[in-house]
Amino acid sequence: MDQIKSGKIFSELAKTVTESQVWTSSFRHGYADTPRNRVLQIASNVWLHLHPVKIQRHALRIKFTWCMGGITFLMFLVTVVTGVVLMFYYRPVGEYAYYDMKYLQYDVPFGMLMRNMHRWAAHSMVITVWLHMFRVFLTGSYKPPREFNWVIGVFLVTFTLLLSFTGYLLPWDQLSMWAVTVGTNMARATPFLGHEGPFAEFVGVSPRYDARSVLLGGSLVGPPALLRFYVLHCIFIPLVAGALMIVHFWRIRKDGGISGPL
Amino acid sequence: MAQAVKKKVEGPSADKVHVWPYLVRLEFMCAIICMIVLTVWSIVIDAPLEEAANPTKTPNPSKAPWYFLGLQDILVYFDPWFAGVVAPSLIIVGLMLIPYLDVNPKGNGYYTYAERKVAIWVYCFGFLVLWIALIIMGVFLRGPGWNLFMPWEYWDPHKVVALTNVDLPYAFGIRTYNAAMIFGGLVVGGYFVLGTMVYFFMERKALKNVGFLRMFLKIQLLLIMVGIVVKIVLRLGFNIKYVWVTPWFNI
Ligand code: HEM
Repeated sequence: MDQIKSGKIFSELAKTVTESQVWTSSFRHGYADTPRNRVLQIASNVWLHLHPVKIQRHALRIKFTWCMGGITFLMFLVTVVTGVVLMFYYRPVGEYAYYDMKYLQYDVPFGMLMRNMHRWAAHSMVITVWLHMFRVFLTGSYKPPREFNWVIGVFLVTFTLLLSFTGYLLPWDQLSMWAVTVGTNMARATPFLGHEGPFAEFVGVSPRYDARSVLLGGSLVGPPALLRFYVLHCIFIPLVAGALMIVHFWRIRKDGGISGPL
Repeated sequence: MAQAVKKKVEGPSADKVHVWPYLVRLEFMCAIICMIVLTVWSIVIDAPLEEAANPTKTPNPSKAPWYFLGLQDILVYFDPWFAGVVAPSLIIVGLMLIPYLDVNPKGNGYYTYAERKVAIWVYCFGFLVLWIALIIMGVFLRGPGWNLFMPWEYWDPHKVVALTNVDLPYAFGIRTYNAAMIFGGLVVGGYFVLGTMVYFFMERKALKNVGFLRMFLKIQLLLIMVGIVVKIVLRLGFNIKYVWVTPWFNI
């Protein structure tokens, strides 16, 4: 009783919990604000250890980075999470796709919200990645030793656009189908490889067998194209982009952290 | 030992801070603000869903996703093989080459205009004008038939636009096909050869430092970028359709 009145029971309880085998095996260091814990907090955490343990003070300035790389990554994470939710309800089949969208919007709890967040995060990501690139250019951060990371970045901006573009088809409505038709029609004109492109006659490609039909699985944007874009959108491109992001972050550290005036 | 310590204090690493908490808390705040904005936005504004896809009903205008509308707009001035395939490839390759072509050691890691004026002008021109401005135009000003409409104009699908474009050789009075082809080839080739020569002459002092290959690639990419604008001006101002017509491709 005394223990309860004095509140001592709580510290006793806390002690029992934090000294238990379960706790000590899960959390590998204390939380007290000591330099040692500050380091361990980063170094012993799989998510946080993408960071270095210490950085230069100017790298904290939002005026310097605009925080745009980080926001791009956040938007990517949002699309991953909401995208997985959408995948539970969506079937990439000509007969179902559009009605699954309707179902998501009108019947699935929070379905509309998930769809909206997925779409707006994807569009934001396109904008923030451009701004990030613009900032990196303006601070000259592509200069030695960061040339290679800039090249990785160009791959990333390309894959970001491709991610967005392949996802654009999936609602399978008029907007998506015709936007993708306009976009992929370009592949018809690929030099050598598209049937309407320059020098195609020397290669012998046809409407049924050229760069565009490989992309679409047919000569128009039909159900095979839907399936192809779905696989690209949900599996192939996110995996490649995710891998490149890991390399990107790794290289930031290996190149000596965020660039700065020497 | 004493020296080593002193060196450390003077170096760039002197002013270092712990990532936890200084950076992590910033990232956390930033993430929270972004998530609030995104969530509110997603509650308030619904993603569009039009009627079901119908391959027999082509909307007019048919637009690519907004981020590709700059490229779609260049289709007015160039054939699809260039606007849709070669131009995007050149953008990607050109961007990747930037760190290898720009050998100016200044302006690494801080904002400066004075120390790298040309680089900043070129990038801003490519990004803000050729990419962003064309996208804005494509989203808001391009209506049915991909015709230009001012924001207050009605998108009339039957708008009649006189097609008075001629090819450049024709405008110069050349009427036979082969002569026109040679003329066009000379104009396009001459543009690149002359542009390259002028650049090399003006920058002859830099040749030793920068190197031939770098300067050559740099000026080719720049000439292509400027050439796109030249073609747009030729079309809009002088009704020129193609500069160079060949049996295989037109420019
Ligand atoms: C999915 C896309 C991308 C993600 C998630 C991403 C993420 C990041 C992050 C978090 C940083 C740390 C500094 C900051 O926030 O500004 C960074 C730095 C950097 N990024 Fe990106 N980035 C992406 C695309 C790009 C692109 C398109 C480029 C350029 C073509 C690029 C080039 C760089 C470079 C050179 C740095 C080092 C900057 C410095 O040292 O100041 N990244 N990136």
